[in-house]
Amino acid sequence: MQFYGYRRPDGRVGVRNHVLILPTITCATQTARRVTELVSGTVTFIHQHGCAQVGIDYDQTFRTYAGMGKNPNVYGVIVLGLGCETHQANRVATEIAKTNKPVEVVSIQDHGGTLQAIAETAKIAVKMVQDASIVKRELCDFSELIVGTECGGSDACSGLSANPAVGKASDLLVEQGGTAMLAETTELIGAEHLLATRAANDQVAIKAYQIIGAMENRSIQMGVDIRTGNPSPGNLEGGISSLEEKSLGAATKSGSSRLEEIVDYAEVPTKKGLVWMDTPGHDIEQLTGMVAGGAQIVLFTTGRGTPTGSPIAPVIKISTNTPMFERMIENMDLDAGSIVDGKESVDQVGNRILREIQHVANGKLTKAEILKQHDFGIWRIGPTF
Amino acid sequence: MEEYKTLYLSEKDNVAVALSEIPANVSVAIRNNGKEIIVQVLEPIRFGHKFAVRLIKKSEDIKKYGEVIGAAVMDIEAGAHVHVHNLEGKRGRGDKIVN
Repeated sequence: MQFYGYRRPDGRVGVRNHVLILPTITCATQTARRVTELVSGTVTFIHQHGCAQVGIDYDQTFRTYAGMGKNPNVYGVIVLGLGCETHQANRVATEIAKTNKPVEVVSIQDHGGTLQAIAETAKIAVKMVQDASIVKRELCDFSELIVGTECGGSDACSGLSANPAVGKASDLLVEQGGTAMLAETTELIGAEHLLATRAANDQVAIKAYQIIGAMENRSIQMGVDIRTGNPSPGNLEGGISSLEEKSLGAATKSGSSRLEEIVDYAEVPTKKGLVWMDTPGHDIEQLTGMVAGGAQIVLFTTGRGTPTGSPIAPVIKISTNTPMFERMIENMDLDAGSIVDGKESVDQVGNRILREIQHVANGKLTKAEILKQHDFGIWRIGPTF
Repeated sequence: MEEYKTLYLSEKDNVAVALSEIPANVSVAIRNNGKEIIVQVLEPIRFGHKFAVRLIKKSEDIKKYGEVIGAAVMDIEAGAHVHVHNLEGKRGRGDKIVN
């Protein structure tokens, strides 16, 4: 299968053509937001990070910022810093520039304050947006796609309808040479033995147990029952009773393909096929990790209903049950509730999802994009100092 | 007998899922691989929730998808609602660690 995408200078293919105003520090986020209000074609994200971070926590945040800029859905980036922060705008810009896409840097302190920084950033953005608008879509192969998969606001139908259907779509994508990305390690606790048996080699199988063990140990070290946070109250209301039950339902999103690789948070896969990114179950943090890891499109199943979206990647929202699809129609893109009702098979819905991936890759807007649902959240793995 | 939609995912399972609202004290058929079992449901089971398909003894593993989803914290009668009041997850239980 093929789609029309934007070929970038590094060879990767985008399905969108955004100019990203990238604030490397929380102090610059409001300035970035104001630029996006002035210049159409620009996007940004609001966050509270970028300073007083050290070690692996610094590295992970850096990788996330750079990954957002490097994602092929982004034509060009203006990195906006305050000036004195730990995450220096120049360093992030240098990393993004390795893709040879247009990258500029603006510092609020160097430009004499908020208003001058807004004006300078907006001026650069106007030119960058116009340059971006000239780029034509060209015919690209499905093997160029990395599609993230995610479930949030799960109910008892998630593991029966939408997740297995996404699993089918994931298998079909892998057959087409593409990459399907599984994530949310927390919500695979209790299903790791099933994934390990599908690992391409022993190293991948061992890593599956390692990252599950590390995630489970975090709750054990805190001396808490993980169920106080996951499954969430909404999951429990929907009939999910334990994390293991939620995990077994969540794992069906991975289909039946061989597990080729396990990558760290916000890391770009080196293999095609089914890959697993080590992320927490937190919806926005895992979404951000997958997009920073190069996912151009994300499939998101939900039983309770959720508006989640990304500033740079279209998120296709798939409902697990028809009543919620109808109730939250402005947030939902596809309904898999037909499986529960016995009207469609898992394979039929899986094929429908694959065709929707093609439409969205060609430019069809998802509900989350239309509603400007520009969510962003970094998985912090260390304290702020 | 009124038909209530249910899902019984594996013959290894000791719970089934209600795919319709099931009232108390009705007979419900659950099916897997052409085999049918009748369960007398004891209490109302909401859409998406689980009920025991046979007696589950205290501490016994509770299975769905043919896999362990937790353990029974008390004896659970066939037809009873199975949820957080009588099922405990076994994973990520830092609260069970004795210092």
